[in-house]
Amino acid sequence: MKKVYVNEEWCLGCHLCEYYCAGMNSGERDLVKAFSREKKPLPRIRVEEGTDVNFAVQCRHCAVPYCVKGCITGALSVNDGVIVCDQTRCVGCLTCVLSCPYGCIVRDEEAHVITKCDLCLSRNATPACVEGCPNKAIVLEDRE
Amino acid sequence: MAINYIPANFDVVRDHTRCIKCRVCERQCSNEVHYYDEELDTMLCNETDCVDCQRCVSLCPTKALKILPNENRFRKNVNWRQQLMVEAYKQAETGGILLSAMGNPEEFPIYWDKLLLNASQVTNPSIDPLREPMETRVFLGKKSNEVKYDSEGDLVLSNTAPHLELSTPIMFSAMSYGSISYNAHASLAKASKELGIFYNTGEGGLHKDFYEYGPNTIVQVASGRFGVHKDYLDTGAAIEIKIGQGAKPGIGGHLPGAKILEDVSRTRMIPMGTDAISPAPHHDIYSIEDLRQLVLSLKEATEYKKPVIVKIAAVHNVAAIASGVARSGADIIAIDGFRGGTGAAPTRIRDNVGIPIELALAQADFRLREEGIRDNVSLVVGGSIRCSTDAVKAVALGADAVYIGTAALLALGCHLCRDCQRGLCNWGIATQKPELVKRLNPEIGYKRLVNIVHAWDHEIKELMGGMGINSIEALRGNRLMLRGVGLNEVELELLGVKHAGTAI
Repeated sequence: MKKVYVNEEWCLGCHLCEYYCAGMNSGERDLVKAFSREKKPLPRIRVEEGTDVNFAVQCRHCAVPYCVKGCITGALSVNDGVIVCDQTRCVGCLTCVLSCPYGCIVRDEEAHVITKCDLCLSRNATPACVEGCPNKAIVLEDRE
Repeated sequence: MAINYIPANFDVVRDHTRCIKCRVCERQCSNEVHYYDEELDTMLCNETDCVDCQRCVSLCPTKALKILPNENRFRKNVNWRQQLMVEAYKQAETGGILLSAMGNPEEFPIYWDKLLLNASQVTNPSIDPLREPMETRVFLGKKSNEVKYDSEGDLVLSNTAPHLELSTPIMFSAMSYGSISYNAHASLAKASKELGIFYNTGEGGLHKDFYEYGPNTIVQVASGRFGVHKDYLDTGAAIEIKIGQGAKPGIGGHLPGAKILEDVSRTRMIPMGTDAISPAPHHDIYSIEDLRQLVLSLKEATEYKKPVIVKIAAVHNVAAIASGVARSGADIIAIDGFRGGTGAAPTRIRDNVGIPIELALAQADFRLREEGIRDNVSLVVGGSIRCSTDAVKAVALGADAVYIGTAALLALGCHLCRDCQRGLCNWGIATQKPELVKRLNPEIGYKRLVNIVHAWDHEIKELMGGMGINSIEALRGNRLMLRGVGLNEVELELLGVKHAGTAI
């Protein structure tokens, strides 16, 4: 299965992926409009910054997903290898946040639910982070 | 400073209705122009440090930025242009010579733009390169001027001189590792291999990682002799002796110690942190006879297997110098025009020394043919070949191939801000700072280089087809394919072309 991978050698820590991700998942076509809302759209990818090394992290879509195992309502499930969240079933207990070893589950504090990377499948598009990375540090590849 | 004599060169114009404060501009600007103010919750900027490299504009996800020339003007004066006044202020402040980078940007004639190409009509059919074979392959080196047959009447191939085979008459010109980054070199090396052409190490030696690209590498021997050793010479496909450079004829080079980090130091074979100073002349070359000694020494060292190129800057006496070089035993002469680029040069020299490559090329080609030694050498020209038509016109004026440097850097993202000498290149090209170097991913860079050369090759074939020529060899020195517009008689004579409207 193709997943999103980050090559830290080329990650510039520019944070563009976060903005393209948030924009894509806001449902708005225009980034300016997406960010002009009162409630700023949330990115599902996050750039970890160090002095010499930066890299973007988002859901690894683990083969053995602790988040899915721990989900108390069945909101998280595996769909063809992609871990997806049904926000209508999420009660915001944050068990998944606690159990994710990569810290990739994002809290939507206002809506009291979680949100996470679904490889942009729900948008039927190439992942926005991959598309928008200016240095091809984020790639969509089948490495299994 | 209490008095700011020099206004900012540029206005950084931000459309605040579009800005989403993502701070990408701030993170990407090595000149620290943009910054975020938390209290005002807005992006602010310090325009004086902007060099107009366009990195922020290119990466801004909402297209909220524009860099425009600062419209503030000193009182108009035709003699004392604003630029001259600014330079006087700068020198009054620093007491130093002015430094600039890339090629001469001043308003001198560009002869390429005053030359027009021919096309076939009715009596001499044009050729469609998509349907018929079209040859852009060239061989650089000494050509034999006699044809020998044995007693059976078969052609005798005896002792042909070493050649460089190019799939298209374009090579990447000399840019040293040190002046440009590791990733820029990696892109050039990889692209040359894929394209079947050559890139040039410049004076900085060859990084050990790039020895595998040796068959597509021209190794340079310049006045500083940095990084020159036996393996280096053996690895390259050809050896170039650099006498001069178009951007700064007559002077040497100076790579500041700050750029001599571990890898550059090892490659150049000089201590870390020391300035790499190339003398103005080669201290062992004061005549054509001396040059001949170096040419032959290099040939001896590499068992006469590699062609030797001698690179000179286009200066007033270029034709006679080319004639001398052709007699020195060199296989290829490279001439670099006054528009040629550089990583750093004194501004006054860059903008005032040397002559246009078009005139230098035409005159060198004339002189060599007049003396019957044109076939002893190939002619390669650079500085500045900007597009495929410049290359075609160069070939028609007598060049065997062209060198592209600036055009190659543009393919890698360079926006000609002409501030390479500061080493803060936001595009990861003219810098040694690791966090900036990584901005140029060679996987992207090499493909862009391959694309631009492919595109040019395609255009060259279309142009040749239009002229009814199916081999680049048949275009070389074919001045009948050129006509001048808006040129005076002297210029036309020097170029050896007729004015537009004149029939054959």
